[in-house]
Amino acid sequence: MSFRIIVLAKQVPDTRNVGKDAMKADGTVNRAALPAIFNPEDLNALELALRIKTQINGAEIILLTMGPSRAAEIIREALYRGADAGYLITDRKFAGSDTLATSYAISLAIKKLAPYDLVICGRQAIDGDTAQVGPQTAEKLHIPQITYVEDVISVNTQHIVVKRRLERGIEIVSTPFPVLVTVHGSAPACRPRNSKLIMKYKHARTITELQDEIKDYTELYSHRPYLNIEEWNVNDLNADTEMLGLSGSPTKVKKIENVVFQHKESKSFTSNDQDIDSLMKELIDSHVIG
Amino acid sequence: MNNIFIYCEITEEGSIADVSLELLTKGRKLANQLSSKLEAVVFGNNISNLESQLFPFGVDIIHYANDSRLFPYTTLPHSSILMNLIREEKPQIVLFGATSVGRDLAPRIASALRCGLTADCTSLEIGNYDETRTQKEYQNLLYQIRPAFGGNIIATIVNPETRPQMATVREGVMKKEILSLTYKGSIKKIDVGKWIKPEDFIVKIIERHVESQKINIKSAQIIIAGGYGVGSKENFKLLFELADLIGAQVGASRAAVDSGLIEHERQIGQTGVTVRPKLYIACGISGAVQHRAGMDQSAQIISINTDPNAPINQIADYVVIGSVLDVIPKMIKYYKKNSK
Repeated sequence: MSFRIIVLAKQVPDTRNVGKDAMKADGTVNRAALPAIFNPEDLNALELALRIKTQINGAEIILLTMGPSRAAEIIREALYRGADAGYLITDRKFAGSDTLATSYAISLAIKKLAPYDLVICGRQAIDGDTAQVGPQTAEKLHIPQITYVEDVISVNTQHIVVKRRLERGIEIVSTPFPVLVTVHGSAPACRPRNSKLIMKYKHARTITELQDEIKDYTELYSHRPYLNIEEWNVNDLNADTEMLGLSGSPTKVKKIENVVFQHKESKSFTSNDQDIDSLMKELIDSHVIG
Repeated sequence: MNNIFIYCEITEEGSIADVSLELLTKGRKLANQLSSKLEAVVFGNNISNLESQLFPFGVDIIHYANDSRLFPYTTLPHSSILMNLIREEKPQIVLFGATSVGRDLAPRIASALRCGLTADCTSLEIGNYDETRTQKEYQNLLYQIRPAFGGNIIATIVNPETRPQMATVREGVMKKEILSLTYKGSIKKIDVGKWIKPEDFIVKIIERHVESQKINIKSAQIIIAGGYGVGSKENFKLLFELADLIGAQVGASRAAVDSGLIEHERQIGQTGVTVRPKLYIACGISGAVQHRAGMDQSAQIISINTDPNAPINQIADYVVIGSVLDVIPKMIKYYKKNSK
């Protein structure tokens, strides 16, 4: 009996470090200029999955991601770290999906990958910041969910015990499988790429990527089927298109405003005694400090 | 039906959490705007003084599920009861705190009810919406306003077609305010057995170490916040010393908390607390968008930083170029000298 772990991950623009290159002249963010990365908390989830794999004989890790064709990049990143296979669900009809529509598509893919034991993903992505897809997917699969997980205490083929990081403390929680777990950024950092695995998987591609390649890889793929990254579209998932994209999304964006750097008139001081003396005087005199 | 529901969280001491009281305050205002009722949803174990805790906020009905298995919070029993309660009562709006409880429960409910949910709202308003695609006009929708894209944009979200309209809101975003100590509503007891199944208890809490909230920097008038630039736990003592002197609370940026310099309860910013003091002194804080989101509404801001180009300097009223270790002792010295 194979123990199947499905890691849900997302390729996201790196919103954490918006440097000068990504800032437009009007002070707004040029999203297209941000590098695309493996969502950080999904990397924490992958690390926990890799640790669980070492605890269970015959366990396998599948990385599942929904996105445009280039999201296959994060599947390769997972393979370089120890995942066993990757699936990309991709289709124009997914565009405009909010978390409800996204979790619908993802749950269909997971059902197609049944039987599975553990679904694990980051708590939230750094672009939407909602933390909704994990719990919504769990609900659609009708399995329990444990969120804000910081570490795995123990695991066997039947049961898992995890530590949750709450606002003012921790909880140790136990559950049988199947379960969906979301992982908090305070969990152990993901291990780096393994050079042997890079050698093994560097030519892994989806069928769409192969079409854009200059070289012909058919020979390579016939000998090494593990290089094939599966791609599923709306038909492969038997998805009801009304539940996808804009029509499947109950939340609508009415308006987006860019956060613009407001420059304020400020008074400058050095750290020398004279300056600090006059600063404190001014603050006291104007009753800012009592 | 068509009322405003607030899902209320219970603290370790068994009382209603501040974030829920803040949402009740906002909920009362929304209910007035929409000419509907404010209803509180409470699932817990033998909570004392429920009426006196909640009615003063203008709560018309308390829906109370009392069962020892409902505290501490676990997902399945709470979601089984809440989803059925919502199906029965049909509120138009349901609000939750954006906490480890609210962000665990609300999406599960939204998925079951196939309704829209917006997380971590920083503002809620009532307004109209014209859908260009279908040419439909909607009145009196809940505007769910929130930062996204790492805090680089502010989005206004609406749920035109689905009900209830749901949102989670962070603690400290709304202000807690009693409406009237004599306000009277009623309590409806929920028959827990009707909606809970044995499978709901499959996840078990084996151990739990949660502390009561000792530190509350939300309502501080003056906050001295330390960033990564403070450098060490030792150096944070300087901030505490100045804070004691001028009657301030000590806060921190996420970088300082993540580096173990100070406890998480003092974290200010998108994943911490939102504060609106009359004076915010930022010490060695660069001022990333996520931090600014938690303090940019401070009336006056002082930034102490060795880097003249630190982003926070652009929103500061006073910029002191220097090291925290050098400047804070001088501020202490000259405060003592200049104040009588």
